[in-house]
Amino acid sequence: MIIFDDVHKSFGAHEVLKGISAEIAKGQVVCLIGPSGSGKSTLLRCVNGLETYQRGHISVDGTVVDAASSQVHAICTRVSMVFQRFNLFPHRTSLENVMEGPLYVLKEDRKQVRERALALLNRVGLADKTNAYPASLSGGQQQRVAIARALAMRPQAILFDEPTSALDPEMVGEVLQVMRALADENMTMLVVTHEIQFAREVSDNVLFLDGGRIVEQGPAKELLRHPKHERTKDFLHRVMHPV
Amino acid sequence: MTKFIAQATEYLPLLLHGVWLTVVITFVALCLATALGLVWALFRTSGIRSLAVPTRLFIDFVRGVPLLVILFYIYFVAPDIGINLTALQAGMIGLGLAHSCYLGETFRAGIDAVDRGQVEAAKSIGMKRPLMMRRVVLPQALKIILPPYANNMVMLLKDSSLVSVISVQELTMQGKMLASSTFDNMTVFTLVALLYLCLTVPLNILMRRVEIYLGAGR
Repeated sequence: MIIFDDVHKSFGAHEVLKGISAEIAKGQVVCLIGPSGSGKSTLLRCVNGLETYQRGHISVDGTVVDAASSQVHAICTRVSMVFQRFNLFPHRTSLENVMEGPLYVLKEDRKQVRERALALLNRVGLADKTNAYPASLSGGQQQRVAIARALAMRPQAILFDEPTSALDPEMVGEVLQVMRALADENMTMLVVTHEIQFAREVSDNVLFLDGGRIVEQGPAKELLRHPKHERTKDFLHRVMHPV
Repeated sequence: MTKFIAQATEYLPLLLHGVWLTVVITFVALCLATALGLVWALFRTSGIRSLAVPTRLFIDFVRGVPLLVILFYIYFVAPDIGINLTALQAGMIGLGLAHSCYLGETFRAGIDAVDRGQVEAAKSIGMKRPLMMRRVVLPQALKIILPPYANNMVMLLKDSSLVSVISVQELTMQGKMLASSTFDNMTVFTLVALLYLCLTVPLNILMRRVEIYLGAGR
């Protein structure tokens, strides 16, 4: 469904992606792990055109992603994104945030969109917060609204960019629970995360990136339990035993 | 004091005609400045060089020339190229044009100040630029823009006194004429100042209310 073929990306003289090739099949959950600055988020942001790349190809369901082309908007309607800092529209209520895309981008019927948005907010456990503005919600609640907003587009895949990194530790669980439920429903998910346990339990495959390259990739349980590469072993050891 | 009130009552009807013209000039110039300012800001933030660069040069040019000179230019030079305007029209266009450049920069700063994450969130649900501006960026920029906008509005109202130099009989001009015919400078110009305050103070209060309303609950 999402194919990376020798993707190169530079910020000026600094090359951040040095030939990434990988494939995410429909219904798969793939976690991108790796140290800060390894290019995980950049790679994710290339999928929906938030970043441009200079060489190689990324394709979503056969359509090549080109941030400069007008087709990128169409790709965004099929591939949603959940951000580290939620990025909810602060001047709109939870319900309006969820309705925004289907109503104004997909131009669907208001009544149907409203019903779907209410059902989605209910699904992420926020049926009682439909009229709340983001500022009055906790981080975990905001991220769940953001997930509902992503789902409202009825996407074929969702990109998660460190969805729990900006949350208080006790809020992490509620967001991961929603993501786990999505994975159980066979939603295609590409997740940049530091939650190794989540990656091990929920994802099918894991890509370990370092210095703009994929150092190691494979089935989550195998890679996370028995990493082959020294750099992966070292990273996982540091993440799981920080002191 | 009794004398002041008696004379003020006598002068007020004459000055009120000037107040009316000042309000009209300010209103029309403000509409023009706001519409053009928004266009300049959208051009400047469009990322299209062929729009952004000429707009920046034009803004720098207008901001670098005194308002009086712009008014003279429009009123006295424009007829040479076949554009004949009344003093009132020239005054309103001159004021509107000059202030559109100040407002344009205010709007641009407001648009730039909206969190980048908001633009990314809008893009991530497939919004194209016009929709994103309308639904996401401008409503948020409005809150940032409002205080400097209110400031600019008051400045424009006060700057409207400058159109008296091209013989538009707005409040300042009326005051000047009245003072030179009555020699009662003290009463006339005190009245003129008070009348300007009667316009600017409610304007400030109104904008503060709007600010509070927009900020409420968000």
